[in-house]
Amino acid sequence: MKILVAIKQVPAHDSRLFIEPTGEWIEENDLGYEVNEPDAYALEAALQLREQHGGEVIVMCAGPARVSSTIREALAKGADRALHIEEDDLRHWDNLSVAQLLAKAAQTEQPDLVLTGLQSDDLGFGQTGVIMAELMGLPHATLAMSVEVVDGRLRVKCELEGGWFQYVSMPLPALVTIQSGILRLRYATLMGIKRAKTKEVRKITPAELGAAGEPGITLRRIYAPHSLKQTQMLAGSVQEQAAQLVEKLKHEVRVI
Amino acid sequence: MSGILVVTEQTAGVWNRMSFETLAAGQQLARTLGKSASAVVFGSETGPLAAELAGYQLERVIALEHELLGSYTADAATGALSWLIAKLEPDVVLFPHTYRVRDFAPCIAARAGHALVSDVTGFHVESGVLVLERLLFQGKLNADYTSSVLGTVFASVQASAFRADTLEPGTAAVESLTPPLVAASIRQQPEPPFRESARAVDLTAAELIVAVGRGIHEEGNIALVAELAEALGAELAASRPICDSGWLPMERQVGSSGQLVSPKLYLAVGISGAIQHLVGMKGSRTIVAINKDASAPIFEVADYGIVGDLFDFVPALIEQVRKAKNG
Repeated sequence: MKILVAIKQVPAHDSRLFIEPTGEWIEENDLGYEVNEPDAYALEAALQLREQHGGEVIVMCAGPARVSSTIREALAKGADRALHIEEDDLRHWDNLSVAQLLAKAAQTEQPDLVLTGLQSDDLGFGQTGVIMAELMGLPHATLAMSVEVVDGRLRVKCELEGGWFQYVSMPLPALVTIQSGILRLRYATLMGIKRAKTKEVRKITPAELGAAGEPGITLRRIYAPHSLKQTQMLAGSVQEQAAQLVEKLKHEVRVI
Repeated sequence: MSGILVVTEQTAGVWNRMSFETLAAGQQLARTLGKSASAVVFGSETGPLAAELAGYQLERVIALEHELLGSYTADAATGALSWLIAKLEPDVVLFPHTYRVRDFAPCIAARAGHALVSDVTGFHVESGVLVLERLLFQGKLNADYTSSVLGTVFASVQASAFRADTLEPGTAAVESLTPPLVAASIRQQPEPPFRESARAVDLTAAELIVAVGRGIHEEGNIALVAELAEALGAELAASRPICDSGWLPMERQVGSSGQLVSPKLYLAVGISGAIQHLVGMKGSRTIVAINKDASAPIFEVADYGIVGDLFDFVPALIEQVRKAKNG
């Protein structure tokens, strides 16, 4: 089975974010980056499917030169080869045009299964995989907790709201978006890191794919959220803070 | 049709409550834009639900009925609603940002050649242009989006962003429509939904909740927060990563994929406040947050905040709570 995993590089989880003076985007200069967490689980699911059924795992990532580190990490964990869609200015592409770009790149591989995380930790649209399925003409399932291949069909356990689950099956080829936290992630081994250096990374540009970032929606500005509440910050030493909080809990919240 | 079309959600005749929040958003948007709002309910037996919607201030209510819409599939929902939207050509289509909407709404927008603005928290009009507000970086920043092309605007509305109790009553005409669906075009085959375990802990009934998040670092440290919960007489809850790691059982999870709670006191320990968590607890009467990062989104919903190391603060708090209770 040929499995393509679309992964994204996002600012590291605990990054302090600063807004550019223009208010258009965040300051990127000193930012650390990592793989989008749900995408790491999509890769893990793909590697486990390959272990069960054989075949090939290809990772695909769009972005500037810095995404090479995320691609290398995926190769070190066990992906067979990679596709790097080189684009320096993805922030001016909207969710639809990014999905169009990824769908065109995915079609050059004709995969049996496309996996990706359910949403990105930066923009959080939660749409890329679903739009790709629509554009590629593939059946899809979202919020997958597990993915299995039974008699040449895909059987996916999907998470519904409020603690409910449901199995959905569909023919291959198909696309599935993976929920975060569903598997134990593997670490790259030293051997894996070494072997990653010799693995193929095919580079391709949007122009070569005939894709253009003509946004239908535009990000006008970003800003710090308005606090929904008047938050009272408790200051002082740890003992003083604890004493103040106990006072509040006793006399204002009245739960002690 | 010019105006706003609100897509509601129901399963086997039972509403998803976010339908009403989205209707309220639709009415509000209609007033802002000087347009009218209409609603659609889709399924296989929508009669009573459509009749209920007819009691709100809407231009019309569409019962989009087909037997193939009986059990939800992405293909049937996309096919039916795409047909309706192409027929009506509304200015704006609003969806509730539910798990199910995430499964089909991006297809509908893409099929119409548009980008869906998902998880919208608010809107305003700036020099005659509709601006949609949403969150970035899991709630750390806000963003304003505008549509840069002509045609229908597609947006989904975040849970609790609009209040269902602001819905204006009225009367609307109900119209029944049958979309042209064929069984062969539906590729997903759903099995009946199920629950993993009987829910032993009902957090929704708890008056006091102490919740723990990623900031606790290790499974062994959960005991410290459990001790605080015990000292306060509170239920222990957690954010998703803690339950995913198996450090606490799933039935103690608060958030969009867990339980939605609104206790008297919600004390969040080491929880940064990703939006999926916030939607599950921001209705709490009093929220206290302890976090090492002063810019953590949890502080936006907190009444009282402590910026600091939880491993210093929590033991001090336990001691003082005990003293206050015994004193």
